Amino acid sequence: MLTVNHFILLSAILFCLGAVGVLIRRNPLVMFMSIELMLNAANLAFVAFSRYLNNLDGQIFVFLILTVAAAEVAVGLAIIVAMFRARENVDVDEVNELKG
Amino acid sequence: MPILVPDINLRIIAPALIVTVTAIVVLLGELVTPAERKRWLGYLSIAGLVVAAFAAFSLWGANASGFSGMVVADNFGLFLTLTIALSAALSILLSIPFIHAHEIDQGEYYVLLLASVAGMIVMATATDLIVIFLGLELLSLPLYILAAFQREDTRSLEAGIKYFLLGAFSSAFFLYGIALVFGATGTTNLAKIAASLAQSAGSPMLSIGVGLLMVGFAFKVALVPFHWWTPDVYDGAPTTVTAFMSVAVKAAAFGAFFRTFQFALPALALDWRAVAAVLAVLTMTLGNVAALLQSNVKRMLAYSSIAHAGYILIALVAMSANGLSSALFYLLAYTVTNLGAFGAVIALSDGARERLEIKDFAGAAREHPLVALALTICLLSLAGFPPFAGFVGKFLIFGAAVETGWAWLAVIGVLNSLVSVYFYLRPVVQMYMSEPAEGWSGIRVAPLVALALLIAVISVIALGVFPAPAIALAAGGLIR
Amino acid sequence: MINYLWLVPALPLAGAAINAIFSRKMPRWLVSVLGVGSVGLSFLVALAEFFTVLGAGAQGVFNVSIYSWIPVGNFKIDVAFLLDPLSALMLLGVTGVGFLIHVYSTGYMAEDESYGRFFTYLNLFVFSMLILVLGSNYLLMYVGWALVGLCSYLLISFWFTRPAAAAAGKKAFITTRIGDFGFGLGVILIFVTFGSLNFADVFARAPQMFQLGAPIITTITLLLFAGAVGKSAQLPLYVWLPDAMEGPTPVSALIHAATMVTAGVYMVARSHVLFSLAPFSSEVVAVIGAVTALFAATIALTQMDLKRVLAYSTISQLGYMFLGVGVAAYGAGIFHLMTHAFFKALLFLAAGSVMHAMNGVIDMRQLGGLRSKMRWTYITFFAAALAISGFPLFSGFFSKDEILAQAFESGHIILWAIGLLTAGLTAFYIFRAFFLTFHTQARWTEDEGRKTESRHSPSSVVGHPSFHPHESPASMTVPLAILAVLAVVAGFVGMPSVMGPNFLEGFFAPVFGEAAAAIPAGTEWMLIGASVAVGLIGIGVAYWFYIASPEIPVNLAAQFKGIYTLLWNKYYVDEFYSAVFVEPGRRLAMFLWQVIDVQVIDGFANGLGRAMASFSGALRGWQTGYARAYALLMLVGTVIVIGWLMLR
Repeated sequence: MLTVNHFILLSAILFCLGAVGVLIRRNPLVMFMSIELMLNAANLAFVAFSRYLNNLDGQIFVFLILTVAAAEVAVGLAIIVAMFRARENVDVDEVNELKG
Repeated sequence: MPILVPDINLRIIAPALIVTVTAIVVLLGELVTPAERKRWLGYLSIAGLVVAAFAAFSLWGANASGFSGMVVADNFGLFLTLTIALSAALSILLSIPFIHAHEIDQGEYYVLLLASVAGMIVMATATDLIVIFLGLELLSLPLYILAAFQREDTRSLEAGIKYFLLGAFSSAFFLYGIALVFGATGTTNLAKIAASLAQSAGSPMLSIGVGLLMVGFAFKVALVPFHWWTPDVYDGAPTTVTAFMSVAVKAAAFGAFFRTFQFALPALALDWRAVAAVLAVLTMTLGNVAALLQSNVKRMLAYSSIAHAGYILIALVAMSANGLSSALFYLLAYTVTNLGAFGAVIALSDGARERLEIKDFAGAAREHPLVALALTICLLSLAGFPPFAGFVGKFLIFGAAVETGWAWLAVIGVLNSLVSVYFYLRPVVQMYMSEPAEGWSGIRVAPLVALALLIAVISVIALGVFPAPAIALAAGGLIR
Repeated sequence: MINYLWLVPALPLAGAAINAIFSRKMPRWLVSVLGVGSVGLSFLVALAEFFTVLGAGAQGVFNVSIYSWIPVGNFKIDVAFLLDPLSALMLLGVTGVGFLIHVYSTGYMAEDESYGRFFTYLNLFVFSMLILVLGSNYLLMYVGWALVGLCSYLLISFWFTRPAAAAAGKKAFITTRIGDFGFGLGVILIFVTFGSLNFADVFARAPQMFQLGAPIITTITLLLFAGAVGKSAQLPLYVWLPDAMEGPTPVSALIHAATMVTAGVYMVARSHVLFSLAPFSSEVVAVIGAVTALFAATIALTQMDLKRVLAYSTISQLGYMFLGVGVAAYGAGIFHLMTHAFFKALLFLAAGSVMHAMNGVIDMRQLGGLRSKMRWTYITFFAAALAISGFPLFSGFFSKDEILAQAFESGHIILWAIGLLTAGLTAFYIFRAFFLTFHTQARWTEDEGRKTESRHSPSSVVGHPSFHPHESPASMTVPLAILAVLAVVAGFVGMPSVMGPNFLEGFFAPVFGEAAAAIPAGTEWMLIGASVAVGLIGIGVAYWFYIASPEIPVNLAAQFKGIYTLLWNKYYVDEFYSAVFVEPGRRLAMFLWQVIDVQVIDGFANGLGRAMASFSGALRGWQTGYARAYALLMLVGTVIVIGWLMLR
């Protein structure tokens, strides 16, 4: 029998995977995909709670979040592309001019 | 079963709506404006902000709530709305000559800035976590682009990409926090969360959720240890963008921060107040100490903005009516002071060649005595030196902390502002007590920059010498 | 007249504002008229206010609220002025001496290219000092307190092209800020304790709420006194004042002798209700004052720079004032503050006049024999020297004597003895400076060819310089003369009871209460006799050594150590010391100056700066610039925050 706990556990695992992905990958595209994974982990949690609480709000939120995520993709890709054009490579660790 | 009619009340979101409409008009206007008339788009944007400010004034005292309790037009939110509109208008005044000199004068600049303002207003007036999240994203996304707006400059791009990656990362935390709070309380409405928590005890899930919310806000207002992006992004972004986000983002994010924690989560105050107190100490100390050795004014002001976030957090820890009003006053004071400081830095730049190293300021007092005086006043105000706005702000915040039994926090705050004097005075010393550096001749201050600077400096002095009206407005901003 | 009280600070502020913005486009005479005139008018208003207070007698305490400044909830702070005998007298001192020094500056700074900037700062200073004195609550006092510090910093570093001046300004600012931190904490604690910062509220509630010696009052007063130690240059925070002599001489006279440095004394006197409730704190004040007085006087013996002698002398005299207020002789402390303002400002201005004549030379080894060249300067310096030495019937005699008498009478015999010894040293070092500057044989050559141009930034001329010294212009000598008259006669307002009526005691009654019972006449005469004797001995020894028989110390030195005879014809004054104080005494004085002063205390201040800098560097090291490192640090922070929230 699947309970809400299972879904939350899964969503927590996904969230952590995403967070670890941000930390260990150096390609901004992949880092950004990891962040998307974290957002979707939140979505999963919303849906699960919505079902558990018998409250449709949570499912509506998912739509809002998907929209926001899509906008974020557009902005993020634009910046990454601009970066690529200027530097010809997209390793985040080499973007290191500003520090101290 | 009756059909629920959506509770739509456009009047209470009028300021945000007006700003949004202005953004769209400017976007369309960009298509038909010839290159040499781009500055008119800036004037149009300012006009929109002024109208939005009037709308906010007309709502003063309305205390209306709408959209099923998701948005509210209370004096607290309206005070922040006015502060945000003021900061945006002053920033645009600074921007018009600046982006022209740097050859990035595209109408999109103003559109993005206005979109961000709309997000800020939404965030400051939201009473639902999901709406706060929407406002947060709406304010952040345009800022990511604005930070990278000097596309030819790798530093600007670096600022953009760092801000974007770390910002999205923190947004994910924030969103997950909302999900967990939703799961624990069954609602995302702030008032209902408070009601629900008043009856039931907390749970580990709730604690994690609250912690993640705190992290999300802490990132936006740049609290240690979530501040790492701040110096790099402020350093790399175009100076006018840095000026804008250093003040307006703080106003919006602190507004939502206060609303969420002081009004939705008082039941857990015992827990989060201690955490916030520690964060405040770390933030003030790191901000001020790290600023001591900076040689670049933008980076110095970045660290200083971190320190100021720490001072404002003290007001949240106090968790009282006076704390709230002191934070509002402080945000207003910080807005005009910091914009004045950035305005003076921009005024001293030589066309597209900016003077950002502190040593470049040598002798500025002889060449531009009034700009040097303005910068001196603003820096003294930032340092909390009487009788300027920053002094009254600090006094109110420390007073609120003392009143509620957090005197030790106030003492650390006083000690910190003592340390801060040293780095704030370094540019002053350079300006007044050094022989002029090369290349001062022939620099003229753009009239719009001078106007912005004048407004800022008069406000800094007025808020310091005659703060009573602003304090009264801020105190009227209390929400239930 | 009370309704015009706001004009007293407003006039100098207006002068500062106009000069700040327009001085570059105005002719010099207009800058002078604005700068001097605003303070002059302010003085006239202050004079009228003074007579208002005088006329009101026992009711002479006025609270004038200008407007509501910071109203928060049920707690509000007004911009309000307190006019009572204490502040009225201070007002007169600040605006009166300030006015004379402004007049003097028009002559002294005439050649300076930053003439407008100078008067802007000077007017701003007068405004700030008036706010400090007039404020009717601790917050307003703090505002003035901070502003005078800023002005002092600006004026010390006025000739910023010289690194020493810039460094001295910074040192002054940093050192006094340490004291200001204590003062700020004291203000916070007052707010916590009394729920108000108004003098009237605090002083009314304190005796009702607390017993004598309550720990909280002791803490408050010690914190406040920490601020006074910084501002008034007492041990151990006095180090900035000697360096502050890098500023123009009128600044040294106004800020670092007559007004700002006395703010600490004023603050203690103003808070006398609190200090009376804290015997321990008062004891600390008295001891630090007495020890500082002696300590600084011994250092003054070894200095060769005329202005540095006066600087250490100022520290020493401030110590006297603290000794006075520490033994609850508040009126006496303020009395000495007033007379000191006259004679020390005069000494500084006279020294400035010497610099003016000698092309900036201030080292006494290159002066001498100036009495015939600068008649007015000579006479006025002589009057001031007699006043500070406590020569009978000169102003310093009355005020110093009253402090010593009160110290003796209150049972502080040791402190009295220290004060008495210091009085002797004071008489000696000031007359040593007097003789070396104006008498003795000239250690420079007359340069007939040209009139020396007047420069004041201290220049170091090596060897045997040549000058054409001349008396200063009337704009400088007239203020000297007026101050000299005051330095001579001002003491008669506070005569000891055996000699006549004490006007000041009655005048201060509304503030400090009725005076204590008079000291028995016999004791009084004995004390007066002791101080006079000690002062005369100091003067006499100085005369004997430097004028009457300069060969005596040489012979003495020859008897003690043959080596001195080899050295004496270079700078015979130095060897003379060694003969008189013999090696141990000289070593002690040099030790105090070089080791304690220069190394320990300066070292601490510098070390603190270095520690902060390395801390700052370490923090910058964390800012690596790597986005992923930032993400990791944020994640660590998140885990800690969540962990804490969950474990509680």
